[in-house]
Amino acid sequence: MSEEMRYEKDGEGIVTIIMDMPGRSVNVINVEFGDAFGEMVDRVALDTGVKGVIIASAKKTFVAGAELDFLYKMEKPEETFALVQLMKARQRKLEKLGIPVVAAINGTALGGGWEVALATHHRVAIDDPRIKLGLPEVTLGLLPGDGGVTRMTRMLGLQAAFPFLTEGKQINPKEAKEIGLVDELATDAADMMAKARAWIKANPSSSQSWDRDDFRLPGGAPSSPKVAPALMVAPAMIRKKTQRNYPAPECIAAAMVEGAAVDFDTALRIESRYFSTIATGKVAKNMMSAFWFQLNAIKAGGSRPIGIAPTETKKIGVLGAGLMGHGIAYVTAVSGIEVVLKDMTQEKADAGKAAIAELVGKRVTQGKMARADADAILERITATGEAKDLAGCDLVVEAVFEDRDLKAKVTKEAEAAMDQSGVFASNTSTLPITGLALASSRPEKFIGLHFFSPVHRMDLVEIIVGKKTDEATLAKAFDFVMKIGKTPIVVNDSRGFYTSRVFGTYVLEGLALLSEGQNAQAVESAGLKAGMPMGPLEVGDMVGISLMHHITEQTVKDMEALGQKYDLGPGELLAGRMVKEKGRNGKSAGAGFYDYPKEGGKSLWPETYKLFPPAEVKIPQSEMIDRLLFLQALETVRCRDEGVIKAVADANLGSILGWGFAPWAGGTLQYINSYGLKAFVARSKELAAKYGPRFDPPASLVTMAETGKEFH
Amino acid sequence: MSNEAIIFDAVRTPRGRGRKDGALNEVPPIELLATLFRALRERNKLSTGEVDDVIAGCVMPVGDQGADIARSALLYAGWDQSVPGFQINRFCASGLEAVTLAAEKVRSGWSDLVVGGGVESMSRVPMMSDGGPYVGQPLANLDINLVPQGVAADLLATIEGFSRETLDEFSIRSQRLAGKARDSGWFTSVVPVKDRNGMMILEKDEAIRPDVDMAALAKLKVSFQQMAEFGFGAVCLQNWPEVEKIRYLHTPGNSSGIVDGAALVLVGSAAKGKSLGLKARARVVSAAVVGVEPSLMLHGPAPASRQALKKAGMQLSDIDLIECNEAFAAVPLRFMRDMGIDDMDTLNVNGGAIALGHPLGATGAMLVGQAIDELERRGKSTALITLCVGLGMGQALIIERV
Repeated sequence: MSEEMRYEKDGEGIVTIIMDMPGRSVNVINVEFGDAFGEMVDRVALDTGVKGVIIASAKKTFVAGAELDFLYKMEKPEETFALVQLMKARQRKLEKLGIPVVAAINGTALGGGWEVALATHHRVAIDDPRIKLGLPEVTLGLLPGDGGVTRMTRMLGLQAAFPFLTEGKQINPKEAKEIGLVDELATDAADMMAKARAWIKANPSSSQSWDRDDFRLPGGAPSSPKVAPALMVAPAMIRKKTQRNYPAPECIAAAMVEGAAVDFDTALRIESRYFSTIATGKVAKNMMSAFWFQLNAIKAGGSRPIGIAPTETKKIGVLGAGLMGHGIAYVTAVSGIEVVLKDMTQEKADAGKAAIAELVGKRVTQGKMARADADAILERITATGEAKDLAGCDLVVEAVFEDRDLKAKVTKEAEAAMDQSGVFASNTSTLPITGLALASSRPEKFIGLHFFSPVHRMDLVEIIVGKKTDEATLAKAFDFVMKIGKTPIVVNDSRGFYTSRVFGTYVLEGLALLSEGQNAQAVESAGLKAGMPMGPLEVGDMVGISLMHHITEQTVKDMEALGQKYDLGPGELLAGRMVKEKGRNGKSAGAGFYDYPKEGGKSLWPETYKLFPPAEVKIPQSEMIDRLLFLQALETVRCRDEGVIKAVADANLGSILGWGFAPWAGGTLQYINSYGLKAFVARSKELAAKYGPRFDPPASLVTMAETGKEFH
Repeated sequence: MSNEAIIFDAVRTPRGRGRKDGALNEVPPIELLATLFRALRERNKLSTGEVDDVIAGCVMPVGDQGADIARSALLYAGWDQSVPGFQINRFCASGLEAVTLAAEKVRSGWSDLVVGGGVESMSRVPMMSDGGPYVGQPLANLDINLVPQGVAADLLATIEGFSRETLDEFSIRSQRLAGKARDSGWFTSVVPVKDRNGMMILEKDEAIRPDVDMAALAKLKVSFQQMAEFGFGAVCLQNWPEVEKIRYLHTPGNSSGIVDGAALVLVGSAAKGKSLGLKARARVVSAAVVGVEPSLMLHGPAPASRQALKKAGMQLSDIDLIECNEAFAAVPLRFMRDMGIDDMDTLNVNGGAIALGHPLGATGAMLVGQAIDELERRGKSTALITLCVGLGMGQALIIERV
């Protein structure tokens, strides 16, 4: 007998299957769950006098989703296919017994959990807006393979099911009731069970609509003139978003539409075939690896110092109420922490707070935040022009201009006023932390907290450990980042840290391609096709060509001061030329590689095409993509070699969340795994021979490839 | 002849039962064709950009089979974008017409390498899906003397005096021979259909029932009585005033099966084949297509075959193997009588559509491949392929191994 589920039959012949997996706080779909479910179904089938079945959970959630460990290990499509077909056969057996089957949804039912609920005749859910229902598989590169595609399509129709399947849209029970995915709402668990029992008594025989002769697909069959135009455009809509880097939404659409044209069981089989393709495919492995295993490892404190008790930040000070400063203040206040927002003057600080008020106001208007919550957030923020108001802050984050003297000044000022055992953090994106810490009277309590813009939307915070930063400071910074709902990665002090340094190579390689006379738009298109959120030239504009040039000049100076020579690459030379000869400083100046007219969207500056004579040989897009992605991956390996970044998870998630490195590839290091280390080294050597030593694979990587190792 | 049309290769899918539970129901027709495009490319190490045109027969070119399935499928299979394609419809002979057209293009000298074939997923796009004027224009229906094929088949059997037993015996023969050929691996042009994971969906012809016996066939109800009694019988009798009444003889057991499948045949000039290193397997000797009385409809194979033989300067005795499509058992039996064929040693030697099924748009091309396979196996030289065609047509093609 399985321990995962209990079989309870009452005097009225109603069987309750209680999902209660031992040793876990939640129920998850795995092989044991499936076997237990199969046993339960067999028992119902053999038991005499069963009047109906309720599937319920003894946990706070219904079923949280699938346990990805076993899915991640699936490599053979045949085995994957056999497994899901078996799971589906069990569901089919239950829904075809003829007796009523009800899902009693007491809590969140996601992924495989929602698929269990879909295989019942009637869903009763507790009306709690925190309960999430849906199929988020696609966000991990997967396809709902346990009947989810087929049943959702038949319940909602093709068009209505699209966002739930191809985008992983989640809803609460009330929203689900409105569209018929949930049949009844209950006030609490007792009401839910009572309603489930009542429905069973009122419906002594039951079947699924798709098993009845009069079944018609809601909204119309694929061939219907009402549906056909939408189906024709759907693949193009997917492609617009994915550049064909993500097979899951494509295969989900295929399983939906092809499944709609055939019998239910054939549709399930088609779904299993696509599931097998997707689950064993590289992109799903990459995405599961990054967005599940590695993200969980980070959140479990993988890069937090061991043996330091959890810390709590009670009150923070933010220096500088500009874009970054008020953004940091906003996300901190949202998490319930008190904030002192300080700028040079009260007026400037007030302006920062007003910007926050605008942000929360927008959320209230959109119905995403209650007015009371918005007011509470604003109440937590004190805007001030006085340093003395930092008294009692156990963490101060400075977000003033990138100017060493200014930063030194505010550091001293804040340290004098704040809690003396508190931590001072700099939000610098470029200046080495160890150097900035020179201004501090407590350099062991000095750390870098590199937020990304816009702060309320970017999930990453890069924590930079200076030479003297102690472990307790790192732990506090880490806990703070977690508290405000961001993802922390930990890096050591170095020029550009991790994110700016690696992401800079993307822009520079785009500029190098341009310098070789490649078509400017072709370079941008290659960046997008590679899976980057923007083309390299656009990113260069956004960061600021003048800023990039300024950093290069600073680097040259710093190196010269050390008696070293710094050879400028083609990208750096071009950035200099843009600033000095062309006066094109980037987006904020309204003129970069692009023009930014007041009316209408941006477009490439016509002169961008003419900066260099066109190359005689057009580089194929695939090779441009290799160059753009390889350089970032190689630079990441160099960062690891130099100890700038340690954890593979930090490197991968930092690249995806920090600058949008191709999520399909699972991050800069997972990209190398996925490419295959041997093949990656060989290709790097080819690129180095053609384009220069920046593509030389580091010795560490060559050794890893030779010894069959991967980044884990 | 300066521009011989050479057949270099012929491939087909297995035929899956054309029902919701048939193995190929889950495979869209574009995928059936794409499977074969990939197979042609791989079997022949074909640089696909060398192909001048692709012709696909398809009788219900709507829904999953609409929008020029030939060009759609070759692109989907990753063939070179320079290869055009189009879809044709000559009802049951569409696949043979596609091969014929390919040969004619090559013989004209205007094309060097052409693919002809066809596809029909009858489980997904059932017969009648395309409507037609005899649905929307009653007077056309009347003037054309429209009758359903099955009623025409019963008329043919009635006129010829075939008994139910004769038809059933012929059908048993088809089942036995097809079963033996399949199980002996003689259908070498068959390319298994797999899913995108490489997992097998259908490896061999699915519809054959080699063990069926006369008793089982005798139990089957006739299929076309109701349609005849609705009025189509009267149409037949008014056109054939010497016929007293139609006898209802055809059943699902002695008619062709409804199946899903596709076929492709690679045809080109000898010079082109040589330059690409393709192995010449047969040449197209001659072709013919004729029209006959539309309500009897199904007696076209003999006049078409006679015309093809005449064009080729051949006698029937010059032909080693004959494939006459078994749309209904009465069709090949009538054909034998028309042509003066007394024994069945050379006719449909590996069975026919009664056992294997008749995927409308593909069958003709399938028969070309089946004939070449069997000529090669037997070490014989010539074959005649012929089909009856809806609305009273007949088509024939003669090939010779080279």
